[in-house]
Amino acid sequence: MDNAIAVAHDTHAEEHHHVALPQHRHHFETEQQQREAGTFGMWLFLLTEIMFFGGLFFAYLLYRNWYNPAFVAASNQLSIPLGTVNTGVLISSGFFMALGVWAAEVRKKGLLVIFLILTTLSGLVFLGVKYFEYKEKWEKHHIPGANFDISEFVNPPINPKTHKPIEQPLAPDMAQKTQVFFSLYFAMTGMHALHMIIGIVLLGWLTWRAQKGEFSSGYVAPIENFGLYWHFVDIVWIFLFPLLYLINRHPGS
Amino acid sequence: MSSEHHDPANITNPEHADHHIVGPKTYAIIFVTLLTFTGITVAAAFVDLGILNPIIALAIASTKAVIVILFFMHVFYQSKLIKLTVASGFFTFLVLITMTLSDYMSRAWGLW
Repeated sequence: MDNAIAVAHDTHAEEHHHVALPQHRHHFETEQQQREAGTFGMWLFLLTEIMFFGGLFFAYLLYRNWYNPAFVAASNQLSIPLGTVNTGVLISSGFFMALGVWAAEVRKKGLLVIFLILTTLSGLVFLGVKYFEYKEKWEKHHIPGANFDISEFVNPPINPKTHKPIEQPLAPDMAQKTQVFFSLYFAMTGMHALHMIIGIVLLGWLTWRAQKGEFSSGYVAPIENFGLYWHFVDIVWIFLFPLLYLINRHPGS
Repeated sequence: MSSEHHDPANITNPEHADHHIVGPKTYAIIFVTLLTFTGITVAAAFVDLGILNPIIALAIASTKAVIVILFFMHVFYQSKLIKLTVASGFFTFLVLITMTLSDYMSRAWGLW
């Protein structure tokens, strides 16, 4: 068993006559103490992540209030079906991750590997949907920069039934501010996607180690702490989805 | 800690919470709750509630986040140290929002 390291110090053989398990290293008094120290450290890292994403959320809050008409029009460019499906996919991914932690705690190796793979697959589906959303923005010239096209916001398409524009037309200077929305959209969802890509890489590594049986004999901390990270990324999306996709979905009222 | 108060099992000073295993049934309930809230927030976005729209959207998102933190992230079952750590993180975030926003608001005071 490669995670059980027999400790045999010559000079302290009488006092330290025990096996150092990965879930109970010898500098911790008890397994619970080690576990809590790990959880505490993981949460400290997540607090820095809260502040990191918090800065982006604050920028969003400010510009949404400054350029509200542009944010409303630009937000309605995003696809609600794709956003909703992706929210469901990500919640499922979090659910599988939670079940993975449970499988590790009850020491079921097969189930743990299956749940980690399901978590990975849901994460990949999320990124795949995101790719098609980004691609559509690229094709419509809605990527901020020199080639950004404001025509759809100045002259919105006419609804064939009511013969009215589907969206409130914006003055050209306000229409330019849709770039601020799309900048924040790409910065926030891009940073979120980057966290998911890092998470998927880590999941591959954890699945490989789980397959070797490292997490099904009482050593759960890596799975549990990765779970905390993965759920944190879920929480970021839980806020991104309503803030970016659902600003004002009842135009004309 | 001196050696006469050595307490490896945390019996006289049990600062570490008992380890609690959350089962699939709890997770399934949480999962369905989260999906339900997602449906509600999409439906609510299509109803014109004026100023209440963003408030409801944020209230639902915060509820979902708290559920995830308490149960998927096990904070509900953790020790006071962990609970305090998590709470302090969100408190600091609120300080960031409040202080930065009060700066932006007061600089343009009366000009909006």
